[in-house]
Amino acid sequence: MKLDINGREQEVDATDDMPLLWVLRDVVGLTGTKFGCGIAQCGACTVHVDGSPIRSCVTPASALVGKRITTIESLGLDGSHPVQRAWIEHDVVQCGYCQSGQIMSAVALLKVTPKPTDADIDAAMAGNICRCGTYQRIRSAVHRAAELSEENHHDA
Amino acid sequence: MTRDLGEVLQPSRRRFLGTTASLAGGLVIACFVPFGRGRLFAQEGAAPATAAMDPNAFVRIGRDNTITILIKHSEMGQGVATSLPMVVAEELDCDWSKVRMENAPNAQVYANSAFGIQGTGGSTSTLESFDQMRQAGAMARAMLVEAAAQKWKVDVSACQTENGFVISGAHKASYGELADAAAKLKAPAKVTLKDPSKWTLIGKPTRRIDSLSKVTGTAGFGMDVKRPGLLTGVIARAPVFGGKVKSFDATKAKAVPGVVDVVQVPSGIAVLAEHFWAAKKGRDALQIDWDLGDGTKLSTVAMRADYRQRAKASGAIAKQAGDVDSALKAASKRIEAEYEVPFLAHAPMEPLNCTVEIGKDGCEIWTGTQFQGVDQGVVAQILGIKPEQVKIHTQFLGGGFGRRANPHSDFIAEAVNVAKAANKPVKIVWTREDDIHGGYYRPMWLSRFSAALGADGKPSAWSHTVVGQSIMAGTPFAAFSIKDGIDSTSVEGSADSPYLAAIPAHRVDLHTPESPIPVLWWRSVGHSHTGFVMESFVDELAHAAKIDPLEYHRKLLPAESRNLRALELAAKSFGWGKPLPKGHAAGLAAHESFGSHVAHVAEVSVEKGKIRVHRVVCAIDCGPVVNPLTIEAQMQSAIAFGLSAALHSEITFKDGQVEQNNFNDYVVLRIDEMPKVEVHIVPSTEKMGGVGEPGLPPIAPAVANAVFALTGKRLRKLPLTLA
Repeated sequence: MKLDINGREQEVDATDDMPLLWVLRDVVGLTGTKFGCGIAQCGACTVHVDGSPIRSCVTPASALVGKRITTIESLGLDGSHPVQRAWIEHDVVQCGYCQSGQIMSAVALLKVTPKPTDADIDAAMAGNICRCGTYQRIRSAVHRAAELSEENHHDA
Repeated sequence: MTRDLGEVLQPSRRRFLGTTASLAGGLVIACFVPFGRGRLFAQEGAAPATAAMDPNAFVRIGRDNTITILIKHSEMGQGVATSLPMVVAEELDCDWSKVRMENAPNAQVYANSAFGIQGTGGSTSTLESFDQMRQAGAMARAMLVEAAAQKWKVDVSACQTENGFVISGAHKASYGELADAAAKLKAPAKVTLKDPSKWTLIGKPTRRIDSLSKVTGTAGFGMDVKRPGLLTGVIARAPVFGGKVKSFDATKAKAVPGVVDVVQVPSGIAVLAEHFWAAKKGRDALQIDWDLGDGTKLSTVAMRADYRQRAKASGAIAKQAGDVDSALKAASKRIEAEYEVPFLAHAPMEPLNCTVEIGKDGCEIWTGTQFQGVDQGVVAQILGIKPEQVKIHTQFLGGGFGRRANPHSDFIAEAVNVAKAANKPVKIVWTREDDIHGGYYRPMWLSRFSAALGADGKPSAWSHTVVGQSIMAGTPFAAFSIKDGIDSTSVEGSADSPYLAAIPAHRVDLHTPESPIPVLWWRSVGHSHTGFVMESFVDELAHAAKIDPLEYHRKLLPAESRNLRALELAAKSFGWGKPLPKGHAAGLAAHESFGSHVAHVAEVSVEKGKIRVHRVVCAIDCGPVVNPLTIEAQMQSAIAFGLSAALHSEITFKDGQVEQNNFNDYVVLRIDEMPKVEVHIVPSTEKMGGVGEPGLPPIAPAVANAVFALTGKRLRKLPLTLA
């Protein structure tokens, strides 16, 4: 099947039932997206399909042919995306394993709700578990990312 | 002793690892010898072929001025990959922006001085290596100064260092420029460490140095390891503990596209495939006939009844003074209570995994482990090779919480067994269900208290009976942690409680039932139950004595108590005693563990029958502070982890099977339940304590005590439920 991953159309060899998560990790080699539960309970595998967050561990890749798949790798390696900058500024990460998913959920939230309240953040991010308990700093970093996004917007 | 510079980077050399040979025999801790610091750094001879200077096992200075600090402790979120480099950099006087971290290989030089082997746990990382890291930084700095002094033909006393440069009069050279020359020098036998008043980095809030990799998805976790020809394996393990494979049919599994091999190992049947999905489908297609033995008889309901029965009589004495039974009998006011906490899984976000390659010269392992020093011995024993032939590439750990420090190296041993049986490089991956079902739980505990209250409201007699499985039994640690039937970790925080000294008659005793359920240390170990029961029961006594709980702590604890200092700061910062919003109430608790003293004040309400924690004000006295941001993060972290246990999580057994499977039924805290946490650090020059675990024990009792203040209901069982 042909998948559009991070703006690149590529042919992948996978069975129809293979979740996108494992296509990304084991076939394409993009390991930034994480396996945490396999049943859409923890959010570690969050990626975007046509800009909206989905849990890639339960979404067959075959259902995504013709759609735009975006992973953590699309945000860039220099950490300059407003959400990444905010995450670094607020020292959010601990073990870091869930953070690709947290960041992808936050990016999706800010697209729809550029100025989220704490309640908006809690509602949008409740599907992403962090066992290290970085939640409080996630909240503050999402607010900061909202500011940084706005600054970027003004600069542009 | 002198040694070749290259040696530290080639830890497989016999000379270096000679002392670990006994590990293969399982004598892990018995061989503990505090290492001589001089030995670690002394060196001579030519620089290694690499361009980088390598003044010792912990610091590498590149010609490009990059400073690489080798981290001997596993970074699992606790921030050690930032705090240890801070300590080195302080003494080295280098440019912090040039500092990088790298996980150290496995070698005795990287042993944890508290354990005698390489390992991360017990909240020891910073405190056990603080002096060592300072020495490492100071030695490297001295060698750079020496190199500069020789180059400029000046005395070392005429040189100073600043932000990665050596300066003398008009001379100035960067550490990178001096690295090659410094590498040719002998390390000084003795160095002078900076006076703490001169510290510019230690104690300063400093952001993590692993953030960039973790916000870009590039941080290397065990799960992400890629190797040529690597197969992914998923293992079918017995549905009950103690179960064994009678027979199996792999025909259907092998027919799954992508499945390469199916092998039997001691723990079950491994399906190896080109990728995880095929391996998992292959496992689903396996037909296995299990011999379940007695395993199906196991039930936590029955175990609880048994524990309750046992608690009616005293067990092995852990601590005793005076005639407790007479004092209790004679008491005019007696308070009795029974507390229970369940089995718990660690459930780190990264499911367990381990990559193994066995070659003719030895075995290489890529995994996130907290226990390299144990693992290499276990692996060597399985393969019949020497421990120094086992090379462990420690990856970032996607959480540990104790699960990745296994005295039997369970998940590593199993992967090695698969690689050996299949004769192929393999990565074994656990599913979340495997993790929840797989054992090594925090033990289930029952505590029974009986206390007499004197006229002054203070306890005059105290009896505490503890029932629960031993974590240390059957491990290499048993020899020194179990004495006279007492596993010290079962009663830590209760038998050594600061309350006991002032109670004339007191007794803490322990029953240690056995079961097939494997148990393990779980963030804060024994304190994870004793913190809850001790601080809940003290709160009960305060209310029975009609004394405010804060005032009651002041009465019970000596004035110089560090628990009390933390509690006073937390209570003051919270505004203890001041009115709260309608429907809210507060509770407090203070507990010492791992050398640190933590107090929490929690504000709760009950919404639709559910406990909601709105705010937690925390104070910690951990002695000298390396990185306040780490401490703040660890307090938030322990509170979140502890709230999962306080409000939601439990592992139960029915007919031998674990009743929970995944995060849908093994419930943990999510962001919408995270309270606002405020962290205060008690200014302290006391001995340095740990910070990874001590924030956990006081959170459940603070919440339970707040619920009592609000509802009048005393909840004595975790997870707390109002039903």
